[in-house]
Amino acid sequence: MRTSIRRSRGTVAMVAAAALATGLLAGCASDSDDGSSDAGGGDGNGKITLTVGTFGVFGYKQAGLYDEYTKLHPDISIKENVTTRTDVYWPKVLTRLQAGSGTDDIQAIEVGNITEAVQTQAAKFVDIGKDADKSQWLDWKTAQATTADGRTIGLGVDIGPMAICYRKDLFEKAGLPTDRTKLAEQWKGDWSKYVDLGKQYMKKAPKGTKYVDSASSVYNASLGGSTERNYDKDGKVVWDKSKGVKDAWDAAMSVATSDMSAKLKQFDPTWDKGFANGSFASLACPAWMLGYIGEKAGDSGKGKWDVAAAPTASNWGGSFLGVPTASKHQKEAVALAKWLTAPEQQAKVFAKQASFPSTPSAYAGLKPQADTTAYFSNAPLTQIFSDSAKTIPAQPLGPKDKPIDTAISDIGILQVEQKGKTPAQGWEAASKEIKDVLGQ
Amino acid sequence: MTSKEALAHHASSAETAPGIPPGAVRGARGRGAPDGAPSWRSRLYRWDTKASPYAFVTPFFVLFGVFTLVPLLYTVWYSLHDVQLSALDHQSWAGLDNYRNLLSSDFFWNALRNTFTIGVISTVPQLMAALWLAHMLNYRLRGSTVWRVVMLTPYATSVAAATLVFALLYSWDGGMVNWILHFFGVDAINWRESDWGSQFAVSTIVIWRWTGYNALIYLAAMQAIPADLYESAALDGANRRQQFWHVTIPQLRPTVLFTIVVSTIGATQLFGEPLLFGGVSGSKGGSEHQYQTLGLYMYDQGWIIGNLGKASAIAWSMFLILLIVAAVNLLLTRWLRRSDDHR
Repeated sequence: MRTSIRRSRGTVAMVAAAALATGLLAGCASDSDDGSSDAGGGDGNGKITLTVGTFGVFGYKQAGLYDEYTKLHPDISIKENVTTRTDVYWPKVLTRLQAGSGTDDIQAIEVGNITEAVQTQAAKFVDIGKDADKSQWLDWKTAQATTADGRTIGLGVDIGPMAICYRKDLFEKAGLPTDRTKLAEQWKGDWSKYVDLGKQYMKKAPKGTKYVDSASSVYNASLGGSTERNYDKDGKVVWDKSKGVKDAWDAAMSVATSDMSAKLKQFDPTWDKGFANGSFASLACPAWMLGYIGEKAGDSGKGKWDVAAAPTASNWGGSFLGVPTASKHQKEAVALAKWLTAPEQQAKVFAKQASFPSTPSAYAGLKPQADTTAYFSNAPLTQIFSDSAKTIPAQPLGPKDKPIDTAISDIGILQVEQKGKTPAQGWEAASKEIKDVLGQ
Repeated sequence: MTSKEALAHHASSAETAPGIPPGAVRGARGRGAPDGAPSWRSRLYRWDTKASPYAFVTPFFVLFGVFTLVPLLYTVWYSLHDVQLSALDHQSWAGLDNYRNLLSSDFFWNALRNTFTIGVISTVPQLMAALWLAHMLNYRLRGSTVWRVVMLTPYATSVAAATLVFALLYSWDGGMVNWILHFFGVDAINWRESDWGSQFAVSTIVIWRWTGYNALIYLAAMQAIPADLYESAALDGANRRQQFWHVTIPQLRPTVLFTIVVSTIGATQLFGEPLLFGGVSGSKGGSEHQYQTLGLYMYDQGWIIGNLGKASAIAWSMFLILLIVAAVNLLLTRWLRRSDDHR
């Protein structure tokens, strides 16, 4: 690893800078804080600083939650250390957990990494569920962060209940229904019905537009609603036999081999541009993506977008807050993590950031921002996403879900969609990649 | 007399009264004259002149040891073990398995091949363009400083920013490159997914960033060439092109070799550009790994898949490859020098 970092003439500048800046700074910060509190604090009143390590935008700062907590607990101040990319964030957390130092007092864990954390790092986390009221969270959410012997290492933050976001104006031009309940009924129950509507769309598609952003988007959405992903209940890798994977693959293939896909790669700059240019008419969108769409599609998209219930209840993304045993302020950190993930606070974050609560009792009073609602044609967002959230099936996860999913979507599906390979060839390539990932 | 002795000698002479020849002083004091041991000051001074250089270089070697040598040796250890990122303390001896694994892995050979081809198609045009640019800038130009600064600008740009722009230029749907090609009646090329297209695109980023840098090195070397060589060449009736080939190029040979070595090392470790060009799952280097370099493969194995043992083995294989490259360069240099001598 480091051989390359030392020699490649600054080409790794970005990665190195990200790792160093966030890494070292975070490390320094917590060290000095610990030092001051260990020594009884310079000011003598025992004031401590808690650090919260997150990736991407969690919305706590944006929703003013840190300030609020500091007001409630004047002896505590909070510092957030953000690493934007999860692929940079997680390896860093892993190495620090094992070194037993340099971790933040609270570390966020993404759902794609939670099983790995539960299976390999549980001893490095405080059993945070011990005296938390676990009934607050959706059962499957807590289950994902709980070890076989019943230790819960993370409290549920948000989840990603799925809906379909679509461009009303484009649907209308293509002669499709634009009413959200009518659409939801048409594709209810099966993602292939959503794909079927795409064939109809393409017959009269407005010039330069496609039905859906990418085949991977369909894969991801369909997979998130199945009862089986890449692992079975006993933790065995069954991705090549899993019904969930097969259904999702088939749906994705019918998109990839048709002309209804804009063939974009999600979270690429060109995907962002696709929103602004209106180059696709619909996509599967978890709640947290609403803010993203609003930002990328810009003001011109206002009122043109609408949201309909997805074919099946499905989940994409979400995270947890855990407290490493390396934290010098475990008690205070646990208290803060509990407070941040309590239903009231989750509702506040939803209002600001549209991250959907993992605590059902928050659903009754949920209010998205007026701007967001207006942007999406006054769709009953809370209703749609709550309904989906309550019926998302529990899904066994595994430690290598993330690389397996990436191999299928970014190798297998992409080869078919963008390189004109046959589905069989795509599957073959993905299999080869997954074998490499699993070291088989 | 070694230079150190000379230093001490010079120092002791400074202490003595003027008029006494330095040699006499040395004879009396320095070489154990019976009438007295050297004063503590001069002893301290000697000790100082001997030890100080070591003291001055020590911080570097301590830092080098802690942050380079120890981790370096640790990767050897890792490469011989089965180590997962998620379980660093559970290491089981694997012997040469990681290396055997690499040799039988299509992904490794593919990455090696890509590193080589991308290296060639970025380094060769880059150095040739740099040479040409330097040659142009070597003539009297209006605002030559401006030109030189402009040339260095790409080098000063961050990889991230540059690559982001290039990724947009090369996007197959509405990117500028395809838009221009369209005017010439060429169909849109999927720059990121096509085999040659993606490698070409990655190379252009490298070329764009490093041409100016190399051109400035060449320029500096060119300005050290004595002007009378050109004058006499001109008197002999050589035009600019002939001057370039018969005066500039031979004089520049050591510099060219230097840039080739540096660029080759850089090319072997190419990482940032393809990673960022690939976007979200950049470490795969495209859906068929068509631009996955060794650096990317190592990153993917180590930090994405979490197989640190294998990643370390890749790191050492890269090191080995660099040693071979360096050896080839050394032989080439020797051979060139010899052929120079025979002239």
